[in-house]
Amino acid sequence: MTGGIPNANGGVPKTPAKSLRPRLLGLGRGLLSSSFSGLWLALVAFPIVIMRFDATARSIDFLWERLPRLVAVCVAGAIAFRFLLRHKAMGAFRERLSLGASSPKGDPRGRLGRLYDGLSGGRARIPLAIALGLLLLCLPFRSNPYSVSIYTTALIYITLGLGLNIVVGVSGLLNLGYVAFYAIGAYTYALLNTHFGLGFWVCLPLGALAATLLGFLLGLPILRVSGDYLAIVTLGFAEIVRLVLDNLKFTNGPRGIPHIAHPGFFGLDLDKSVKPFLVGRGLLHPNTDLDQVLLYFIVLAVVALTVVCVHRLENSRLGRAWLALREDEVACQAMGVSRWRAKLTAFTLGSTWAGLAGVIFASQITFINPKSFSFMLSVIILSIVVLGGMGSIPGVILGAIVLILAPEYLRFFDDYRMLLFGLIMVLMMVFRPEGIIKATRKVREYKRHADGESGEGAPEEGAPEGAPAR
Amino acid sequence: MSGMDASDPVLVAVGVTVEFGGIRALDGLSLEVGRGSITALIGPNGAGKTTFFNCLTGIYRPKSGDLFFLPGDGRTIPLTLLSPDRVTQQGIARTFQNIRLFNNLTVLENVLIACHCRMKAGLLGALLRDSRTMREEREMEEYSFALLDRYGLGGQVNELAKNLPYGEQRRLEIVRALATRPKLLLLDEPAAGLNDRETEDLAGLIRLIRDELELSVLLIEHDMGLVMGVSERIHVMDYGKPIAEGTPEEIQRDPEVIRAYLGEG
Amino acid sequence: MDLFLDLFIGGLTKGSVYALIALGYTMVYGIISLINFAHGEIYMIGAFTALIASTFLSSLGLTGWGLLLSVMAIACLWAAMYGWTVEKIAYKPLRGSSRLAPLISAIGMSLFLQNYVSLAQTPNFLPFPNLIPPIPPLEKLSHIATRTQIAIVAVTALSMGALTLFIKKTRLGMAMRAVSQDPEMARMSGVDTDRIISLTFVAGSTLAAIGGVLIGCSMHQIDFFIGFLAGMKAFTAAVLGGIGSIPGAVIGALILGFAESFAAGYVSSSYEDVVAFVLLIIILTFKPDGIMGSATTQKV
Repeated sequence: MTGGIPNANGGVPKTPAKSLRPRLLGLGRGLLSSSFSGLWLALVAFPIVIMRFDATARSIDFLWERLPRLVAVCVAGAIAFRFLLRHKAMGAFRERLSLGASSPKGDPRGRLGRLYDGLSGGRARIPLAIALGLLLLCLPFRSNPYSVSIYTTALIYITLGLGLNIVVGVSGLLNLGYVAFYAIGAYTYALLNTHFGLGFWVCLPLGALAATLLGFLLGLPILRVSGDYLAIVTLGFAEIVRLVLDNLKFTNGPRGIPHIAHPGFFGLDLDKSVKPFLVGRGLLHPNTDLDQVLLYFIVLAVVALTVVCVHRLENSRLGRAWLALREDEVACQAMGVSRWRAKLTAFTLGSTWAGLAGVIFASQITFINPKSFSFMLSVIILSIVVLGGMGSIPGVILGAIVLILAPEYLRFFDDYRMLLFGLIMVLMMVFRPEGIIKATRKVREYKRHADGESGEGAPEEGAPEGAPAR
Repeated sequence: MSGMDASDPVLVAVGVTVEFGGIRALDGLSLEVGRGSITALIGPNGAGKTTFFNCLTGIYRPKSGDLFFLPGDGRTIPLTLLSPDRVTQQGIARTFQNIRLFNNLTVLENVLIACHCRMKAGLLGALLRDSRTMREEREMEEYSFALLDRYGLGGQVNELAKNLPYGEQRRLEIVRALATRPKLLLLDEPAAGLNDRETEDLAGLIRLIRDELELSVLLIEHDMGLVMGVSERIHVMDYGKPIAEGTPEEIQRDPEVIRAYLGEG
Repeated sequence: MDLFLDLFIGGLTKGSVYALIALGYTMVYGIISLINFAHGEIYMIGAFTALIASTFLSSLGLTGWGLLLSVMAIACLWAAMYGWTVEKIAYKPLRGSSRLAPLISAIGMSLFLQNYVSLAQTPNFLPFPNLIPPIPPLEKLSHIATRTQIAIVAVTALSMGALTLFIKKTRLGMAMRAVSQDPEMARMSGVDTDRIISLTFVAGSTLAAIGGVLIGCSMHQIDFFIGFLAGMKAFTAAVLGGIGSIPGAVIGALILGFAESFAAGYVSSSYEDVVAFVLLIIILTFKPDGIMGSATTQKV
């Protein structure tokens, strides 16, 4: 890429002129044409970016000071886009060339996947897991209340991401109304708590159940519609839920429900009994309440449980049916998988996790209103799954950490957050649809049955024990 | 091999008619496939062969006519009202003209998915991993390994399906279909895109499967070498109708067939 | 009776604008089977461009019909440029990838454009002038329908007519139909499918921009978020009429417009938006091919 400029200055040695010159020429031409694309982008963006409408004077302000930045961003963007696109096309071409010969490329895990496997597999696995576990367990004690609440939020998003991952990443069903089930969980707890005084621990399963039930009832009719429509139906459903919550009397409309209780701990008031002790020994940040720490641990436990569940599901009969559904619906049915049942289980189970997360969310912020459950939230959760890696558990966790924690610490990004989310979704789909951490498939030990020796499977005389099982 | 008897069919089609927007893709097609036979369905492009497969496997609903499947246990199963997955559960498996593997899954997983309808584990089993579920899982894994090994894919179990060479993708599609434990195997142009050697191997594979697994094979194919070499009975179709039926020798001599293929009236 | 007439005219106007947007959805879906989520944003950008252009041009002294027509032309041109560019960036590189990828890319694009306008202009509502000049003979009808409402229906009818002529009579229009029926066949018979796809985006965006200008004139205010709801509803209309069908989109849009208008008038205005979404779910569940759509067969 950088070779194009030095050539113009004559700085590149001319040795393999025959092959290099056309390449550099091509590069120069590519740079030129993508610069033009950049100028085109700037022209397209001109009225919106440069000519700002002033509402009070009802006139146009020409913001010429934005022009250099606009042109620079557009040209640089266009060049980068073209270069990456070329790079990707070359990669695909090379891969096709190397097919056939059983090359090491055939490793079903991506580069990061291998790294991840290297870290999580083998000897390093247990100490690493223990270290990570200890870190996660100690984290809330020494942190200020603000940090603890951010960690908790990030964990809630991990739960949501993993739940949506079942639907979108594993099963390939685009659910744009995931937030509706989150809202159902939150409102279930909020209403039961404020009206009937039911506690967090009773409501946690109830909220999950309510969301599951709703997912099932909604899935029953709509999962018969074809894939593309599902996105729009779920989106419409989420809007209905939000509008209904906004207009119903008993949910208190747009004013929402305040004074929702934090989770209890066997009826103990931790902040009175234990906190002074811990703070006195320097084991707890003086401003952090144990209520918060407790909530952090609850979500941490839920995340751990979710990871185990999703991992087990993925490698089960049901999970394989979901994967098959994502890969090819027609072939999936031809394998004897009931398409409708597979869709319904995935959709319903995904809702369960949204409900769980909803209850936790309501208990964390203690005040909810329909505004907390807008379409944007569905989009954020979707970006987590898309960025991290569809179908990949570590990917989704990383996605949530990047998208939720990064903006909290980089306040500078705050205004650009949603803009970047949109951009990330487009660019990920174009350049790396598998996400940051590609989903890995389980590699299984292959053992020859007859004599325990493994290797090439040339057909030998006599049927093996397993094959003709009739 | 004993059941080459025409009076013992595994599949019976009676007057099957399919229409797409007024165009008759199948026009009163009737045919029988003998139990344990390798039967070929040939005909020019657009004759309705794949449409017939799609009717059999529940993807299309015929406008009229009946399709019966006789798995050999005394039952006669009408196919026209079954969904694709039910058809597979009853014991009919298929491959596709344009290969439809689960590309981003491993070879083994492709085959494991096909075991789906022969397994029982549900949601709770998956989450709790009780001993029965794990036993079933292990058995199916072993069964899949054995199947892959037996039919020449034992070395690639952990390869992603999309990374297999073309010929092996075709082979995997057949093995995957076998894992559903069919009594009738439908192959839709299995030799398309294969070279001569691979086609020869394929013929061997089809015979091996039929003999070892005691199933019946119905194949659509354009490669006449394969059709004539492997099949015992041939049905010829044109314009959605059967125009001839017989042994390879009979078909090769049939003037009607020659006319349909050479396009001369 | 008066209320009924009011609601009828209101529904007709609303339906007309939905129809202009719905056509973009239906044309794009017909050609590349993609729900172009960013289409509502093109409509919003059309409205913003019109606001900017009208303010700028009127400060130069342009008024009346001259102003309206030039604003309309600029809005259409820029919306078309956006539509064309969006397709090149977010959809074209994704041809032949998995089914989910373009859909997610479309959502991302929609999110990007919304926030881009909100950041570059303002997140607040902006006042939009009524660009439609008074038409003296129509003032007699003002107790039934305002001139804006009449203009909306008239412009929509004209645009529909122009689009139908374009598709039925011109070579490009015929190529478009060919691609939507069988892209592979069309390519083999020498149609440049890439160009036709671009053209579809350009045509759809142009119509959406007309809708954007008209809605600005009738609602008197716009913000960066108007595309979301309008897009959802227009999509509902397209599905209602049978996605891929051009007359279907118009009929679906009118039905939706009337349903909303009457529901708001006779039931409750707070549930106006719910009507559209409930209708969407019912239609997709029970008659996914829509009113005018033909049953599609799965290709295997």
